[in-house]
Amino acid sequence: MYSEDVIKHFRNPHNMGKIKKPDGIGKVGNIICGDVMWLYIKVGKSASRRKKDEEVIIDVKFETFGCTAAIATSSMITDLAKGKTFEEALKINKQEITESLGGLPPIKVHCSVLASDALVEAIYDYLAKNKRPISKELEERHVHIKREKEIIEERYKEWVGKQEEVVGEK
Amino acid sequence: MAMRPYFNRDFGNPSSLHSFGQKAKSALEGSRNVIAGLIGAKSEEIIFTSSATESNNLALKGVAFANRDKGNHIIISAIEHDCVLNTALWLSKQGFEITQIPVGKDGLVDPERIEKSIKKDTILVSVIWGNNEIGTLQPIVEIGRICRKKNVLFHTDAAQAFGKIPIDVVRDNVDLLTASSHKIYGPKGAAFLFVKRGILLTPILHGGGQERNLRSSTENIGSIVGFAIAAEIADERMNSENKKLLMMRDKIINKILRKVPDSYLNGHPTKRISNIANLRFAFVEGESMIMELSAAGIAVSTGSACSSPKLEPSHVLLALGLRPEEIHGSVRISLGRWTTDKEIDYLIEVLPRVVEKLRKISPFAR
Repeated sequence: MYSEDVIKHFRNPHNMGKIKKPDGIGKVGNIICGDVMWLYIKVGKSASRRKKDEEVIIDVKFETFGCTAAIATSSMITDLAKGKTFEEALKINKQEITESLGGLPPIKVHCSVLASDALVEAIYDYLAKNKRPISKELEERHVHIKREKEIIEERYKEWVGKQEEVVGEK
Repeated sequence: MAMRPYFNRDFGNPSSLHSFGQKAKSALEGSRNVIAGLIGAKSEEIIFTSSATESNNLALKGVAFANRDKGNHIIISAIEHDCVLNTALWLSKQGFEITQIPVGKDGLVDPERIEKSIKKDTILVSVIWGNNEIGTLQPIVEIGRICRKKNVLFHTDAAQAFGKIPIDVVRDNVDLLTASSHKIYGPKGAAFLFVKRGILLTPILHGGGQERNLRSSTENIGSIVGFAIAAEIADERMNSENKKLLMMRDKIINKILRKVPDSYLNGHPTKRISNIANLRFAFVEGESMIMELSAAGIAVSTGSACSSPKLEPSHVLLALGLRPEEIHGSVRISLGRWTTDKEIDYLIEVLPRVVEKLRKISPFAR
């Protein structure tokens, strides 16, 4: 069901854990649905000649509650994001994450969306906290992620409510 | 070995009058006698089918359509197997009224609630004997007594109970009972429905009139013969096997609950089948637990939404009053005839490590 690379990242995830005093945090997913991803970033000036003095993600770590695919995509996005400028990092999409992992079962592709959303939210958090200009595109993605989260929470509330009706009083 | 002749040498069709057919016929009837004898039934009360799913479909749909003039209300429990649940949902679309009886936090149906739910137009009560996910055993005798008193037919899906606990359809007040072959180490493709004499059913399959006209189809002789032999073996070994599995099961439950903080047992602690333990671990997700355990050579299953094709948590665990977020962290551990003490010790050693590892990744664990 899962590719070799998914299993590799799942069993030995990269960049797992917290960053003390992170510059930005992205919290996405919902415990009721079963996937929660917290992504921490540390921002600094790049030392490399190519991006000299540009702001880059110098460190990134994650904590995830979820299935094999959720943990593997979390691990992969930290690998992909490390050392990248914001502009580069925001280009990482579900295709890139999925392909880097040698594919995901169709039913698990949403996990790669969750991973890229977590990165978007972490960068947004950093920029907003530091009152830095936020591009229209990033603002739109942030609003979209927040709205999606609300919709899912609403839907599950409704669904759990329906279940409770069936189950009756306890 | 006992099945092989029916795949080649004794290939006859039991409906044929020639000698080949009659040889198959006598194997079929011999198997029917064996199985009937094991549950205190008469031979003609055993209808062979292909699966427990088919037996349950025949029981529910068969009773429903044969009794339409008497009423259209059917009662089931909230923790039925999907094949009873979805058959009931389908019947509700055909105009039948379905009541789902809730279970307590321990996974048990309160017979009194069933009694209160029986109405004038109730035609059938169906309650799973041993639950396939959490292993709880329902008070079948009491439910049967109530149904008898109220003159309502009573069916039980005993797929998990048959061969594991003593069953006597007369003593246990059961009118219809489902059991299947592969749950007791028999071949797949054979099952039966016990139908008490005098009960009318509308068949699902129409054709040559096999199985007392309730299940037309050429009988799967090889698998049925294997089923009867497996049932005999299960019956002979029932006491010794239960003793062994019960000790193993309780060792797993006690040791794991002691070793792993924030871990819980799902379902009643003692009213359960000897071979199933369902445990719940806070802060981790079941599918990732399965994958870690599988890498260690251990096979378990989960009620987590992430492992289901519909991405929905188990309806059985929801019925216990658990929240979806609690259900994600539950795993079912099943033991079998060939499970060894060494394997149990290995599981007790590996599982806590897996939970610990995943909790390190999880944002919720402290």
